[in-house]
Amino acid sequence: MDKNLGAEEQGMGIGARLERKEDDRYLNGKGRYIADMRLPGMLELAFLRSPMAHARILSQTKPDATENTVFFARDLEGVSGIRAVSGLPGFRPSTQPILAEDKVRHVGELIAACLAPSRALAEDLTEQIDITFDELPAVHDMTKARNKDAALVHEDWDENVFLESAVDINFEAAVAQADVIVRREFKTARQCMAPIEGRGLIAAWDRNLEVLTLHSATQMPHIVRTGLSECLKLDHGQIRVIAPDVGGGFGYKGILLPEEVCACFLAMKLDRPIRWIEDRREHLIAGANCREHSYEITGYAKADGELLAVDCSAIVDSGAYSSYPFSACLEAAQVASILPGPYLMQGYRCKTWSVATNKPPILPFRGVARTGVCFAMEVLLDSIARELKITPEAIRHRNLVRPEQMPFTNITNKFFDSGDYPEALKRAVAAIDMTGIRAEQQAQIGRTRIGVGLSIFCEQGAHGTSVYHGWGIPMVPGFEQAIARLTPDGGLELRVGVHSHGQGLETTLAQIANSEIGIDTKKIKLVHGDTAYTPYSTGTWGSRCIVMAGGAVGTACASLGERICKIAGHLLQADPSKIILEDGMARIGNSAISIEEVAKTWYLKPQLLPDDVDPRGLEVVEGYKTVKDTGTFSYACHAVKVAVDLDLGHVRLLDYVIVEDAGTMINPMVVDGQVYGGAAQGIGTALFEEMCFDASGQPLASTLADYHLPLASDLPAIRIEHMETPSPLSRFGQKGIGESGAIGPPAAIANAVNDALSFLGAEVSEVPITPERVLAAVGFARRSQQTKSGDAA
Amino acid sequence: MKPAPFNYAVAHSLDNAQKALAGGQNKLVSGNQSLGPMLNLRLTRPTGLIDIAQLTDLRQVEDFGDRVRFGAATTHAEIEDGLVTDPTGHWMCDAAANIAYRAVRNRGTIGGSLAHADPAADWVIVMTALCATALIRGSDQGADLRTLPIEDFITGPYSTALGPDDVLAAIDVPRPGKGARWAYWKYTRQVGEFAKASAAILSDPENNRLRIAIGALGRQPAILSQPQAILDGQVSPIDALQNAIPDQPVETLNLHAVALSRALAQLAERKENEA
Repeated sequence: MDKNLGAEEQGMGIGARLERKEDDRYLNGKGRYIADMRLPGMLELAFLRSPMAHARILSQTKPDATENTVFFARDLEGVSGIRAVSGLPGFRPSTQPILAEDKVRHVGELIAACLAPSRALAEDLTEQIDITFDELPAVHDMTKARNKDAALVHEDWDENVFLESAVDINFEAAVAQADVIVRREFKTARQCMAPIEGRGLIAAWDRNLEVLTLHSATQMPHIVRTGLSECLKLDHGQIRVIAPDVGGGFGYKGILLPEEVCACFLAMKLDRPIRWIEDRREHLIAGANCREHSYEITGYAKADGELLAVDCSAIVDSGAYSSYPFSACLEAAQVASILPGPYLMQGYRCKTWSVATNKPPILPFRGVARTGVCFAMEVLLDSIARELKITPEAIRHRNLVRPEQMPFTNITNKFFDSGDYPEALKRAVAAIDMTGIRAEQQAQIGRTRIGVGLSIFCEQGAHGTSVYHGWGIPMVPGFEQAIARLTPDGGLELRVGVHSHGQGLETTLAQIANSEIGIDTKKIKLVHGDTAYTPYSTGTWGSRCIVMAGGAVGTACASLGERICKIAGHLLQADPSKIILEDGMARIGNSAISIEEVAKTWYLKPQLLPDDVDPRGLEVVEGYKTVKDTGTFSYACHAVKVAVDLDLGHVRLLDYVIVEDAGTMINPMVVDGQVYGGAAQGIGTALFEEMCFDASGQPLASTLADYHLPLASDLPAIRIEHMETPSPLSRFGQKGIGESGAIGPPAAIANAVNDALSFLGAEVSEVPITPERVLAAVGFARRSQQTKSGDAA
Repeated sequence: MKPAPFNYAVAHSLDNAQKALAGGQNKLVSGNQSLGPMLNLRLTRPTGLIDIAQLTDLRQVEDFGDRVRFGAATTHAEIEDGLVTDPTGHWMCDAAANIAYRAVRNRGTIGGSLAHADPAADWVIVMTALCATALIRGSDQGADLRTLPIEDFITGPYSTALGPDDVLAAIDVPRPGKGARWAYWKYTRQVGEFAKASAAILSDPENNRLRIAIGALGRQPAILSQPQAILDGQVSPIDALQNAIPDQPVETLNLHAVALSRALAQLAERKENEA
């Protein structure tokens, strides 16, 4: 680990609460997004999208004189559809067409591309196209997708299943001693990710360089480049992908879209820049779908609360296609391996099905499957606790992995690197004032009831080669590279293949470099978001950047530091190994020379260099992996106090506490920001966000008037407490926490609602917890009570 | 989400606007807060829009003592901010402050909202409960205005008594007498939403007005019979609603009964406050 660790709390290195370098741009409206860009001669692209969820296309007719402005699948000569094939046996591959040819498989699927000088005119063109369909029965309910009589989404498949998996670890033996068996069914709604900026792109062919340049609002520019290369059959060298400022990613912007492939093809074919800006309706209907899971889960426990085993059957509604690059199976792979959470157990059994339906492909959203499994596991635990008449905190304390067991390999072979889970629970229980809330509950009589809920989970982040290869995901991350280049004026350029779009990497990576070689963060420039300037990377996803890109920057800067010291040693007539780099200076004893002077010497005054100077100069590429590639495990305990209005079913959040351990924090303010933002999205999952479909597969929310995002007025002032247990795996002890905030809220809030309703014997089991679902749970409990008392009489 | 092509013209006078309405191809627009999104989604495709938001005739607010006349193009924000007289003291101001959110209130107008007649809109129920009157200018009436009580003006969901060439010119709101009380309770899950259920109560003994209106029913507001018995607790909220809207599902009845109960509680609280 780095020698400066923890020593620069007040400086600008690791641990400093430095204001973000990018804030001036972001907070003052100075960013440049796709929609801010125009190229000469540019045409706007609009798509005719399928109005039906499942239908055969019988005919496609263009309006008159639109040969060069309206394009069907048959016009995309030489273009391949998008394939993301899992490496696991039994996977049924799909091909996502760029434009649908013979069949449409979800509402919003692309059928025709229309070009015009303005978006409005392009939309006018879409209306003039004549398509005839033969509508087919739609598969809209994942729990019925495997029925014998279900229509086939892909007719060459024998059933609507991308992949099924089964794991059984000592299950039968473990359940033999169970005193209680608690079974529940849980569902998480299909959601949309809803970053402030949707997708967007400009594709242009550079005649001079013979390069296709795609400006795209993406979080993974290199992966988009590889995907385009496959679909368009171009060499990588003929493709440059630029991600400018991007207004939030959350996973959606890691996906290669058919829209991107189509626009690139048309830009090359017509030799004109083509722009497509996704509008909110396209986004909601066709784009950013995520999260839809269904669980049947059974917990086996002893009377004292010891959890013996968990048995689960989980279905993931993967939608119609396997998306590039994460495939249709990332969610289910995570379900099976992460469900046991931070708990000890002796037996575990889990079956998963990634089913195909006539809905848009499900895409990994911040937290991916962790949000769903945390919900299922944590709500089940509270049900067991109620059954055993012990407190939620007691059952968790009984079963959490203990700090003295760390590092710990759990039942699914997850390697928990470090931490004190019970301490996080203890702090959250204290911070929410559990004792006070319990006293308050004793006194309540009215139609509004208070409840308190907990959730605790660990977040595997920055998981690497072995994990992704093991899950069969077509994209496997390896070494993460960074380039560190000292410029002639003593500034530092850092080039990374990940992309920063709200993560604060322009600041935090500069802080890491500052800790390594003492250059002022103001003189450090992060270059990212351009495949022509940056080393190959799988990009920004999986809570990996601060660990992987941070580690790479640290390693590269350390190497660069050695080269600086070597030149400085010569200039100072001193031993390079004894030189210290700090405050922009190379120092030894009382003598010093500025790093700027060292840079000038290499670039502009080479006559002063020693004969044995390292000819590779002051530019370094280094690759980095963590000590083990099993991932860092940050963890958190969420505690929430709610008020439930029993007449309206309305849930209000009164207080919200998060105790979070991100390992070494590079910048605590950036960590806070990640946690706040994630928690807001998690609260959306818990209470508001739901993309409903009717039986014909029609989406029932196509604007933000129907798709309810959490608003500022819905959010409590979240209180964050930090623990800081360094990871033994990462360069500075840092852990990934990018997704954490979005994982805990559905479980904690559902537990709090169920706590408030417990006097009625009512439980909610689906998110979002809408007023209708609360009232239904209350009504169901009331009817059950009546039946019971009727039976008794 | 770009609108289909349409023409846009700013009206220079009411006459001018009414002439443009002839033929049924054009639509009036004042605040454009409901029509705008529908245009963008191509759910409505008028040949042209006639913008009447800035017409001086529609921007007047006149105090006649027993009532105040609001020009139809008075914005929600002007009412919220007290820039125009509120005959009810602050009741209209309070209602305005909770319409959608500020950006909508800056442009949205009281006449536009009533003429659009969204069943869940605030002015639709508030004006009904306040016993307001719509003033309509027909094409052949010159300066004479036809009057209709709001409950007759709104004839159903998104439907009014306006004829094809008619313009809603103004709304008269009666000034409540001494000792008058008011309650308005609506359930919105999130700030800015249209109400899922709402109830408004006007008790104005001096002017012999007692009215209970239920809104957000997917149709025009229901005015409950036997309001005094409801106020006195002789008829329960759920019974009152079962009588008034028997065709609604039980969940809807329950939700509106809660709205009515909470409006009644609000009214009772205000009584205590005044005592």
